[in-house]
Amino acid sequence: MGMPVIIEVCDPGVRTGTVDRAYEWFRLVDRIFSTYRPESEISRLNRGELALADADPAVRSVLRRCASLRTQTAGYFDAEACSPGDGVDPSGLVKGWSVAGAARILERDGLRNFSINAGGDVLVRGQAPQGGPWRIGIQHPLVGDAVAAVVAVSDLGVATSGAYERGAHVIDPHRRAPPEHVLSVTVIGRSLPTADAYATAAFAMGAGAAAWCAGLEGYESMVITEDERVVTTAGFDRHRVR
Amino acid sequence: MLVLPAAPLMLGLAACGQAKVATSTRPAETGPSSTAAGPLKSGSYTGQAVDTRYGTVQVSVTVSSGRITAVNFLALPEDRPRSQVISSQATPLLRSEALAAQSAKVNLLSGATYTSEGFAQSLQSALSASG
Repeated sequence: MGMPVIIEVCDPGVRTGTVDRAYEWFRLVDRIFSTYRPESEISRLNRGELALADADPAVRSVLRRCASLRTQTAGYFDAEACSPGDGVDPSGLVKGWSVAGAARILERDGLRNFSINAGGDVLVRGQAPQGGPWRIGIQHPLVGDAVAAVVAVSDLGVATSGAYERGAHVIDPHRRAPPEHVLSVTVIGRSLPTADAYATAAFAMGAGAAAWCAGLEGYESMVITEDERVVTTAGFDRHRVR
Repeated sequence: MLVLPAAPLMLGLAACGQAKVATSTRPAETGPSSTAAGPLKSGSYTGQAVDTRYGTVQVSVTVSSGRITAVNFLALPEDRPRSQVISSQATPLLRSEALAAQSAKVNLLSGATYTSEGFAQSLQSALSASG
C-alpha cells in the first residue's frame, strides 16, 4: 500500500486520540499544500484564484521559509524552480515541516518518546523501544535491503535526499538537469524541515555537496558519491554506531 | 568583498584512500584590509568567485568576536569528487571512507524512499484509502 507516515510511540498509556490528532494534522496539511489536489490552497494560489494574503497563515509561513532557504542554499533549494510559470511547489519543505508539526502535537499531549517516519524523513524524541537512543539506518543507495550507516540519535531529525528510488525528481535549478556524482545526502539536525531542505539542496549541488555541508552550522551530514565513497562530517560520525 | 581572516583558511583536496595532502588555497584577496592583522568585525562576508586549481570557489564566512565561526561554500568545484578536507586551524572537518553494505537492526530507515512529489501523491492516496 505504501503508507508513507509511520508514528511509533513508546510512552506508556498513550491515548489513541493523540495519535489520531497527528494524522488529522497530516490530512490538513495535504488539503492545504498538495499540488495533486486542484482544490488545495497551493493549487488555487498557483492558478491565481487565491491571493496570498487570503491563504492560510501556514502557507505564508512555509513560503517565507522556502525563500529564506533558497538564499541560504544559493538557490539550490528552490520552491519555484520546478517549471517556470507553474508557480510554487513547497513540497520539499512541507514534508519535514508537517512531521515537525505532528511532533509538537504529540508533545503537547505529554508524549516524550516517539518516532515519526514520513517517507524517509525521520524525527525522533526520547527513548526507543529497546531503551536508549533510536537507531536509524541510512538506506544503502545501491543494495536494496542494506544500510550504509547507522546512527543513534534522540531529539533530532534525519533527512535523506537521493535519486535511487522512483527516478530522478530532484533537479539542479542552476543547470536545469538532474544532479551528478552524488547518490545520496543525509543531514541530521535539530530541525527536520531544515535538514530536509539542506539535504535536497546539497544533493542538487552534485559534486560540491560535501564541501557545502561541511560549512553548515548545527547540521551534520553524510554524502555518498557515485564512486562509492562516504564523506561525513566529524559531527555525523559522533552519532554513528555502524 | 572578502576580508581575509587572520587565521588562514586551508582548503586541501586529497585522492581517496591516500594520506591527506594539505594544499593551501586562498580566496582572492579583495578589499582594503585584505591582510588585516587586527580582529575582524562581526558579520557575514561573501567573497568573489575565484578560479582555483580545483574549480571555481566562492566562500562566505561568518565572523563573530573576531573569529570565523562558519564557512559556507557558495559555488563549488564541479570536478569529479574526491575526499575533501576543509580545515580551519588544521582540524579536518570531513572524512572519507569506502561505502559498505551492512545489515543491521534498526528502529527506522532514512532514505530517499519518496521524493517530494511522490510523498504528496502517496500521502493523498494513503489518506483517502484510510478514509
